[in-house]
Amino acid sequence: MATSTTYGARDHARAQEGSRAEAMPVVPASDWPAPPPESGPLVWAETVAGGNYTHRVLARGTEVRLTDLRGDACAHLLLHHADRPWERLNVADTVKVQWNAYLGAGVLLLSDQGRVLASVVADTSGRHDALCGTSTLVRNTERYGDGTPQSPSPAGRELFKLAAAKNGLEPRDLPPSLSFFQGVTVTEDGTLDFTGSAGPGAAVTLRAEQDVTVLIANVPHPADPRPDYVSTPLEVLAWRAEPTRPGDPLWDATPEGRRAFLNTVEFLAARGIA
Amino acid sequence: MNTATPRTATVPARAAWSSVIRAGESLTLTDLHGNQAVDFLVYDAHDTAVRYSAPDTIHAQGGIFLTTGSVLMSNEHTPLMTVTADDVGRHDTVGGACSKESNTLRYGHHTWSQHACVDNFLAEGAKHGLGKRDLVSNINWYMNVPVEKDGTLGIVDGISAPGLALTLRAERDVLVLISNCPQINNPCNGFDPTAVEVTITGENTAGATSVDHVTTPGAGT
Repeated sequence: MATSTTYGARDHARAQEGSRAEAMPVVPASDWPAPPPESGPLVWAETVAGGNYTHRVLARGTEVRLTDLRGDACAHLLLHHADRPWERLNVADTVKVQWNAYLGAGVLLLSDQGRVLASVVADTSGRHDALCGTSTLVRNTERYGDGTPQSPSPAGRELFKLAAAKNGLEPRDLPPSLSFFQGVTVTEDGTLDFTGSAGPGAAVTLRAEQDVTVLIANVPHPADPRPDYVSTPLEVLAWRAEPTRPGDPLWDATPEGRRAFLNTVEFLAARGIA
Repeated sequence: MNTATPRTATVPARAAWSSVIRAGESLTLTDLHGNQAVDFLVYDAHDTAVRYSAPDTIHAQGGIFLTTGSVLMSNEHTPLMTVTADDVGRHDTVGGACSKESNTLRYGHHTWSQHACVDNFLAEGAKHGLGKRDLVSNINWYMNVPVEKDGTLGIVDGISAPGLALTLRAERDVLVLISNCPQINNPCNGFDPTAVEVTITGENTAGATSVDHVTTPGAGT
């Protein structure tokens, strides 16, 4: 196709519509070919390339399922309250308040204001990490030769900075993050063991308990010992559902969690939301 | 002028403290009465967007406890301070600060009126232009937070004792915020907050005078 004229260049560009790439968003999400059986109509359907990032604002009551398609995804995750981003994920409170360092089904992702931002409602992986955070430019440059976003080995923090900027946030809005699908355990003397992934197909479903901005970087875990930068696609599917309410087993699973849900609903009620 | 004379301050129970520590200077924290938890945040003094990162520190040293030789890493994976001496052997990187909000989850809503570290950090940080967005997971010197095989984690009785100390060397000019933990609901300070001492020693190679701040809780705080 001749692209030496404006008409030709326009035709060439328009002829690309309908092309498929391995990693891409599907818009509208309802065109996604195989919605999960548990889902309602999809509102977000995307395959995130290894070494890439995505972000979305999710309404309270939205569920989002992350799937490690080939076994080498690692979903580094941050949550900010969508309207007031200075309320955000607090990893220290998340592990301390719930008396557990590990992530899995039933864990609440707590804000720094004693409220729930999201709940982990399903998990088939069990290999996650709340301790090591994400990778950095300095470290990726040491390990892989480069860590800039356009390089073959982008660092998670650099991708988070971009995702944050697209939501009006700055580097100082990026606290410690969580990572899903690549795990770390703690031995008795406090040292870390990297457990790697559970293999292809593992999935985690989160439920937004408030309106949240979700930032995801899909990059190797910082403790991944492999010399090569190994990062494979991450699937992200989201659909409208219901937030956790009284009577849900998760609401009463722990006294700390019950008070976190109570604080959340009280806050939303005062705002006229719930 | 260089300040080779040590600068010493007593940080009372429940109080906050802050100072710029120049590259090469050392900060010694002494647990005067034993079992006090000292909540600690550190920033690059010239670019406070570069600040202590618990995950980078944990990842860099391959473990969750701090002791002699541990390097406090920034969120850009650069060194801020190094632990050069430690009488205790284990300090916490995981538990973060107590807050009025998290206390309502941990113990109940009756704790809302009690003092908490995040309020100290916010008040002390404001003197240096820091706000809520600048607070991240912090170190708890002297606090003992083991993790069991199944991931169960909790603040348990301390292993510190009266007079035990640790020393940190600044690897660059840093701003340090301390909240001398007011917590009265967990064993981090034996349920009894007590004073600690901070001492800054060493050549001030920058030739600048650092100003220490102490905020003592009293009537009206």
